[in-house]
Amino acid sequence: MTEQPRIPRTVPRKSATFDDATLAEIRRAAATGIYDIRGGGAKRKLPHFDDLLFLGASMSRYPLEGYREACSTEVVLGDRHAKNPITLRTPITIAGMSFGSLSAQAKEALGRGATLAGTSTTTGDGGMTAEERGHSKTLVYQYLPSRYGMNPEDLRKADAIEVVVGQGAKPGGGGMLLGQKINDRVAQMRTLPKGVDQRSACRHPDWTGPDDLEIKILELREITDWRVPIYIKVGASRPYYDVALSVKAGADVVVLDGMQGGTAATQDVFIEHVGIPTIAAIRPAVQALKDLGMHRKVQLIVSGGVRSGADAAKALALGADAVSIGTAALVALGDNDPRWEADYQALGTTAGAYDDWHEGRDPAGVTTQDPALAARLDPVAGGRRLANYLNVMTLELQTIARACGKSDVRNLEPQDLCALTIEAAAMAGVPLAGTDWTPGR
Amino acid sequence: MSIAAQTLRPNAALDLGAMSLREVNAALKAESEGVFDVLNPGGAHAVACGLNAPVEVHVRGHAGYYAAGMNRLASVTIHGNAGTGVAENMMSGLVRVTGDASQSAGATAHGGMLVIGGDASARCGISMKGVEIVVGGSVGHMSAFMAQAGALAVLGDAGEALGDSLYEARLYVRGAVASLGADCIEKEMRDEHRAQLADMLARAGMDADPSAFRRYGSARKLYNFKIDNAY
Repeated sequence: MTEQPRIPRTVPRKSATFDDATLAEIRRAAATGIYDIRGGGAKRKLPHFDDLLFLGASMSRYPLEGYREACSTEVVLGDRHAKNPITLRTPITIAGMSFGSLSAQAKEALGRGATLAGTSTTTGDGGMTAEERGHSKTLVYQYLPSRYGMNPEDLRKADAIEVVVGQGAKPGGGGMLLGQKINDRVAQMRTLPKGVDQRSACRHPDWTGPDDLEIKILELREITDWRVPIYIKVGASRPYYDVALSVKAGADVVVLDGMQGGTAATQDVFIEHVGIPTIAAIRPAVQALKDLGMHRKVQLIVSGGVRSGADAAKALALGADAVSIGTAALVALGDNDPRWEADYQALGTTAGAYDDWHEGRDPAGVTTQDPALAARLDPVAGGRRLANYLNVMTLELQTIARACGKSDVRNLEPQDLCALTIEAAAMAGVPLAGTDWTPGR
Repeated sequence: MSIAAQTLRPNAALDLGAMSLREVNAALKAESEGVFDVLNPGGAHAVACGLNAPVEVHVRGHAGYYAAGMNRLASVTIHGNAGTGVAENMMSGLVRVTGDASQSAGATAHGGMLVIGGDASARCGISMKGVEIVVGGSVGHMSAFMAQAGALAVLGDAGEALGDSLYEARLYVRGAVASLGADCIEKEMRDEHRAQLADMLARAGMDADPSAFRRYGSARKLYNFKIDNAY
C-alpha cells in the first residue's frame, strides 16, 4: 500500500477576537446567568504612565544633586476654605477602601503605614472603624451615596471629608459587597441584614447635580464648623467638566480616579469598558482648574494605576498636586503574594491574578472578613511594609524631580515629559519622543 | 404650638435677618439645653444642622435644604415648609415640619422621629436606616427607596414605586399607593404592626386609626444574586 502524500493543512489558530479569556467568559456566563464580578481595576493594556518618559536635565536644564540638595515633597491640601488644611510629608496618599471589603487588620495596617510615612489614609463605603481612626494620624472620611455607617460623630473625628461622586473603576456605578463578606460586624455597621448581596446606590440620596452639592457641602462645613477640607472624588470620564463643576460646588480638593483604579467588587464589564485612562484625564482636569484660576488653589489628587515614584512624578508633572494609591498599597500589605501560591491554586487562580476579592476567601487576609484568613495579616508588619513602600516611592519621586532640576516635586511640569506613543502623546498633551509634535495641539 | 415666652433665655431669639448662618448654627451648637427661636429663616439652607444636645429649636418660617440635618438629641420644629433633605441622616431627637417637605425628607436617617404635617415630595425616607417618619399628607414617588430599617407612616397617598429595592424598613400607608417598587409587596398587618403604628402616631400627634393602614415590606427576592447551574 503506497502512502498518500499529506495535504498541507493550516495550524490550529485561535481568534484574536474570540481569545481564550473571551471564550471562557462566554461559557461562564452561559452556565451561570450572572455577569462576572471581580475586584481590581482594568486589566486590559491601556495608555499609561509607562508610555511617558522624563527629559532629564542636560545643557538646557540644571539638575540637582541627588543626595545633597533639598527637594521638598510636602504638600498642603484643602487650604481654600478649611480652618485646618492637611499638611502631608509626601504627596502620595492612600485611597478610600472600605472596612467590609477589607479586613479590620488591613484597615489598621493602612493607617499605620500611612502615619509612619507622613501621609493620609481614607475610609470607604462602610464607615469609620475604631482601628482605622486610632492608627491614622490623618484620616479622610468618605461621604458616599449609601451613607453606610455615616454619623456626625465620626464626621467630626475626620481630618477631611471626601464626597464620593464616582470612582475610576466604575464611574456611574455604586459599590458592591457580596453576602459572603457581610458578617455580623459589617452588617451592624451598614444596617443591613447579614448575608445580603449589598449593592450600593450610585447616586446620593439627597442631592442631584453641582447646585445641590454646593448646598450639601455648606451643610457639611456647618456641621464640622468649617474646620476640615472637603474633597470631591470623581471617576474619570469627562474630567474637564467634572472638575470645573466640583470647583463650582465648593471643593477644596478634587480627587480624579482613572479607569485603572481598583474597586473591591463590581461587574467586569464596568471595569473594562467605562471611563478613561488616568493619563488621559489629568490634562483636561488641570485645564479646568487653570481656566477657573484655581490651579494650586484647589488641589488635584490623581489616582488609578499609580505604582511607583515615577508614576507619581508623571502625574505631578502633568499638573496634579498629589496622588493616591489603592491596589499598590494592598500589594505592599501582602495581597497576591506568591507565598500563598498553594492557596491561590486551590481557588483556581494564581498569585498576581487573584481578583475575586468579593468572595471573601483572600489567602493573604486583606480582602476578607474570615477571621482565620484575616489573622494572617499582621497589621504592624503590614503597616511597616506599606511605610517602606511609600518611602521608596517618595525617594523615587525626588530622584526624578532632582534629575529635572526641581527643588520641589510640584515644580515638575509637562515640559519635563515626552511620550513613547502617539496615543500617550495626545492624551497627556506632551510631544512624541524625539519630536516637537504633540498630537491634537 | 407656641413657645412660652418665659422659657426663653435673653439670647434665645436668633435672627437670621441680622446674623449669619454660621453665627446662628454656632450659637445653637454651643448650648447644652434650652429653648431657642430662629427668626427670619427666609428659606436659608442648613439651618440648625448638626445639633448635638437636647435643645429645643423653633425655626419661625420656611427652611431651605438640609434643615436639622444630622440632628442628634435636639428637638427642632420648622414652622413652615422645609426644603430638600430635612433631617437627613438624623441620629436621634425629633424634627417636626408643620407644613410640607421637599424631596428626600429623612434621607438615610438612623434614628429619632421626623414628623411632617403636610405632604412630602419624592424619595421621602430614601435609604432610611432606623428613623421613624410620620407624614400627615401624601408622599411622592420612590419614597423609602432602598430603605434599610425604621418605619414610615403615611396618612395620605404614596406615589409611584413605593419601597423600591427595600430592605427591612416597615411602610404603613392609609391611602392609595400608585405602585410598588421592585421587591416591595403588601404584607399582613398584624397586632405588633398596629401597636407600632399606634405608638408612632401618638408620639407624632396624629389622630388616625391604625387599622385603616396597610403595611408594605420587602419580598427579600433581591437580597442575593440568582446564579444558575446550567453546565
